[in-house]
Amino acid sequence: MATMPILPNMPVLDLVKSFKLKTKQQELLIRVSILCLVYVLAFITRLFSVLRYESMIHEFDPYFNYRTTLYLTQNGFYDFWNWFDYESWYPLGRIVGGTLYPGLMVTAALIYRILHFLRFAVHIREVCVLTAPFFASNTTLVAYFFGKEIWDTGAGLVAAILIAICPGYISRSVAGSYDNEGVAIFALLFTFYLFVKAVNTGSLAWSLASAFGYFYMVSAWGGYVFIINLIPLYVLVLLITGRYSMRLYVAYNCMYVLGMLLAMQIRFVGFQHVQSGEHMAAMGVFFLLQVFYFLDWVKHMLSDTKLFQAFLRITVTCAVAVGAIALGLGMLSGYISPWTGRFYSLLDPTYAKDHIPIIASVSEHQPTAWSSFMFDFHILLFLFPAGLYFCFKRLSDATIFIVMYGLTSMYFAGVMVRLILVATPAVCLVSAIAVSATVKNLTVLLRSKNKGVQTGSTKGSSSSKASSKALLDQSQPFQKNGAIALLFGAFYLLSKYATHCTWVTSEAYSSPSIVLAARGAHGSRVIFDDYREAYFWLRQNTPPDAKVMSWWDYGYQITAMGNRTVIVDNNTWNNTHIATVGRAMSSYEDEAIEIMRSLDVDYVLVVFGGVTGYSSDDINKFLWMVRIGGGVFPVIKEPDYLVNGEYRVDKGAAPKMLNCLMYKLCYYRFGEMLTEYGKPPGYDRARGVEIGNKDIKLEHLEEAFTTSNWIVRIYKVKPPNNRW
Amino acid sequence: MAREKSSKDNAKALFHSLRSAYAATPVNLKIIDLYVGFAVFTALIQVVYMASVGSFPFNSFLSGVLSCVGTAVLAVCLRIQVNKENKEFKDLPPERAFADFVLCNLVLHLVIMNFLG
Repeated sequence: MATMPILPNMPVLDLVKSFKLKTKQQELLIRVSILCLVYVLAFITRLFSVLRYESMIHEFDPYFNYRTTLYLTQNGFYDFWNWFDYESWYPLGRIVGGTLYPGLMVTAALIYRILHFLRFAVHIREVCVLTAPFFASNTTLVAYFFGKEIWDTGAGLVAAILIAICPGYISRSVAGSYDNEGVAIFALLFTFYLFVKAVNTGSLAWSLASAFGYFYMVSAWGGYVFIINLIPLYVLVLLITGRYSMRLYVAYNCMYVLGMLLAMQIRFVGFQHVQSGEHMAAMGVFFLLQVFYFLDWVKHMLSDTKLFQAFLRITVTCAVAVGAIALGLGMLSGYISPWTGRFYSLLDPTYAKDHIPIIASVSEHQPTAWSSFMFDFHILLFLFPAGLYFCFKRLSDATIFIVMYGLTSMYFAGVMVRLILVATPAVCLVSAIAVSATVKNLTVLLRSKNKGVQTGSTKGSSSSKASSKALLDQSQPFQKNGAIALLFGAFYLLSKYATHCTWVTSEAYSSPSIVLAARGAHGSRVIFDDYREAYFWLRQNTPPDAKVMSWWDYGYQITAMGNRTVIVDNNTWNNTHIATVGRAMSSYEDEAIEIMRSLDVDYVLVVFGGVTGYSSDDINKFLWMVRIGGGVFPVIKEPDYLVNGEYRVDKGAAPKMLNCLMYKLCYYRFGEMLTEYGKPPGYDRARGVEIGNKDIKLEHLEEAFTTSNWIVRIYKVKPPNNRW
Repeated sequence: MAREKSSKDNAKALFHSLRSAYAATPVNLKIIDLYVGFAVFTALIQVVYMASVGSFPFNSFLSGVLSCVGTAVLAVCLRIQVNKENKEFKDLPPERAFADFVLCNLVLHLVIMNFLG
């Protein structure tokens, strides 16, 4: 390319020079524009499923959240807070107001009201679908400020960009995933940012803000336990490493007392902050801080160290004794409850499988495989240790915090797949430090000394190598080239990251799970909308007070879309009730009908994937039903359904398996069905075998509805026969 | 015998030196200390009362005790920020510290009033 012609363009240059901003203003402009672009990017990358399918709520849990939000907008906050839901967990009902985290619903309802106030007449469903992407964009802003607090503005910008597209976060915050985590991760990062700011400035106002951030987090998600344990641990580490200061005292105390009080306003949390073992660490550190700083104050006042040693000994022994006695009494008398199973299984991963099969059966609670880490983090996985190195090089209160957050959250992410989400902000921040520090060092190398070749080196790579090589002094000929090469390497890596993230979002995390898609024989897209077909059939063809029995996975969707009462749903708060349903599904039809009549069941709903090859159906989940049912009713024994420890549905299957209610309901009339070319009738495509019992007769149930692809099957319970 | 005497002497010397050192603190800090002492004393009275008549309703007890503990802690934070010997807070004007204190107390007592039930 020719060099820029100077003379003919003089007037244009003068015009441009008059608009030229100072460097500081240029930098501000660049920063603001980058943040705006990142904000928009974080929002639009989560919209794949809305563009491909339609604007609908995904998965299972979000349907409950949607139903409660609908109730909130229609009936107001007082009715919502005191709502007793008689349409789920028949005949027990559910105290919804006291058993949910209201943050998400209140947030969505607030956004809805604001939009209506501004005369945008949107439906609440649209607001619900787009709440998570909106809060993901806000998280990128918080990540920028947090990065700025820990390191500098460059790290903040990189952190914002990384977290905007990181698949670990996108997985739970796509448009349509109207779940607590969408809002909770924003609240988590916001609380941490405010707390670190409070520790850095020692201001009561920032501590108050972090207490409010904690309150929002408690109202949004049960994972707030992570905050209330990480922050005391951080304070303890600061005390041990001798970095304690007055600012730490002010920040932690104000945040703890106000945060605890605010958190107890949520009915679901209640008095757990003073009664539960999971929250005792925070209280312990609170008392420890009082003792510590009191001793520090006394030491400051006394000039004689010997006297102080004596005083120290007495006080410390008294304090430790009192604390130990109080804790011991509390735990022994049962007043302080021990760690609940959900959180205990994080410390001992094998606990749930032996003791609490319901927790073990949830697919999100399984330990994480390496491939999941790579899938969700990509290059951040090796940038994380690099960032840790940089943090250790420049230790301050803030970097100690992010190191602790990163390490603890990575441990928990390794225990449970679902918690990769909690580790994502820490990994993004630490990696951002690595990227920003490296790029800064490299560009400093590039811009050092030879300012004359600056313009030369900005044109194309090969020409710059040639020109700069000629003009550099001989002592460091390759340092600049090395820096340029490394910069290009960094650019390549980051662009690969962006490509990977977009691909992952598009392929893996944008499916609504309630609408299934597959490729047809000629490559065309086939959509299976069976779930919604079945729920709307229920809504339109059954009496309004009909009760539907199904496995707990589908409970929320049935109440939200089918508008019918269910026996068990995803809340899984009553194990015995779920075990009763599991027992009914695993028994012979005669025993099962007794159980169903005792529960007033009118319809039974099963999910069957044999025709389409859909593998998350009830036959594949059946063993969990057996285990959970058998956990409460010893009459159900798992070995009865297995043959030599193997789970089969073909001719060699166990006789109890071939005649249990679930088998009959799933395979009724399936024996005549031709599913695949060249295979016998009754070939189950999900299991890959021909079923064993093709001649199924139902005595107490009759088939009510089967969807077009046989995915959902609904049966009606026949009333008892007349006596004569 | 000698050990007992020396520990008694120690205690006495400790007490005296603490007293003399404390007398040297400025008056505004002593007022804050008095307020903290009053709040802790009120909390102790409430705990003793709870121990004698039982803890129902628990939310009222918690709100009462936590309001005392909370305001004591906030007052200690104020004392830290206003104390001229703390170099970390030397460029924080005492008016700002007091305004923060008042704001936090306001929030504390609003929450307490909601929680009292």
